[in-house]
Amino acid sequence: MHGFANPTRFLSIARPLTPVLLWTGALLVAVSLYLGLFATPADRLMGETVRILYVHVPAAWLGMAGWTSIAIASLVELVWRHPLAAIAARASALPGAFFAGLCLVTGSIWAKPTWGAWWVWDGRLTSMLVLFFLYLAYIAIARESQAEAAAGRSGASRIAAIFGIVGAVNVPIINRSVIWWNSQHQPASITMGQSSIDSVFLWPLGIAVLGFSLIFGALVLMRMRTMLAEIRIEGRLRRKAMGATG
Amino acid sequence: MNQWDYVIVVYAITIAGTAGLTGWCAWTLRRAERRLEDAKRT
Repeated sequence: MHGFANPTRFLSIARPLTPVLLWTGALLVAVSLYLGLFATPADRLMGETVRILYVHVPAAWLGMAGWTSIAIASLVELVWRHPLAAIAARASALPGAFFAGLCLVTGSIWAKPTWGAWWVWDGRLTSMLVLFFLYLAYIAIARESQAEAAAGRSGASRIAAIFGIVGAVNVPIINRSVIWWNSQHQPASITMGQSSIDSVFLWPLGIAVLGFSLIFGALVLMRMRTMLAEIRIEGRLRRKAMGATG
Repeated sequence: MNQWDYVIVVYAITIAGTAGLTGWCAWTLRRAERRLEDAKRT
């Protein structure tokens, strides 16, 4: 793992990998959305609105996976001082927040025709909303800590990392919320090794989850490359300023 | 609203949002890499 700590080595892998992930993901998403809209049947209970499944479930999965990535990268940052770990954690925040927000919006639109309400304050929806707010707070803290680090105050980055790890407590709460509390939301349809979803819906859903996950990976790589470029620009400007004053 | 209307709105938001975020990430990356190249040259 420490072999990838070298930003130059990381960039040599990330540059060709980004378009591969992006275009493969886009192709898989296009196939899954086509299947979701035109090839799969309507559900006996939910009717045509079951087609929302193919975007709502990947969004929920990536909202939670995004924070899990932040927590793991933050742990690596604190324990092993991996130089790219902090960048990876911060790069996961915006795509994660987007998919958490998308999950809330698509879920709310799906709730109206199935439950008769845009929103209910039950465990699953509320814990997902908390995750979205955690993302916003993390983005603000990470931006502030980056400014502190640029000003030469060491240790500022740790605040964001600790927040990333502590916030991960919410991920299992989201997962178990439909079991712990009475919920309008249906219980988990897919658990380890088994699924209550018919295979006619499951295949397009699997393709959608894979496709959106590859796009998520491409977005994280793009954000990491952007942050690395900005750090390098800042370093060059600082060296130039020091050279001018020295 | 018809059931299909909800489906179409959800798909439109997803496609527009994902494409918008991807475009913004690609644009900020290109801008940062161009600035880095400029900084290397000067």
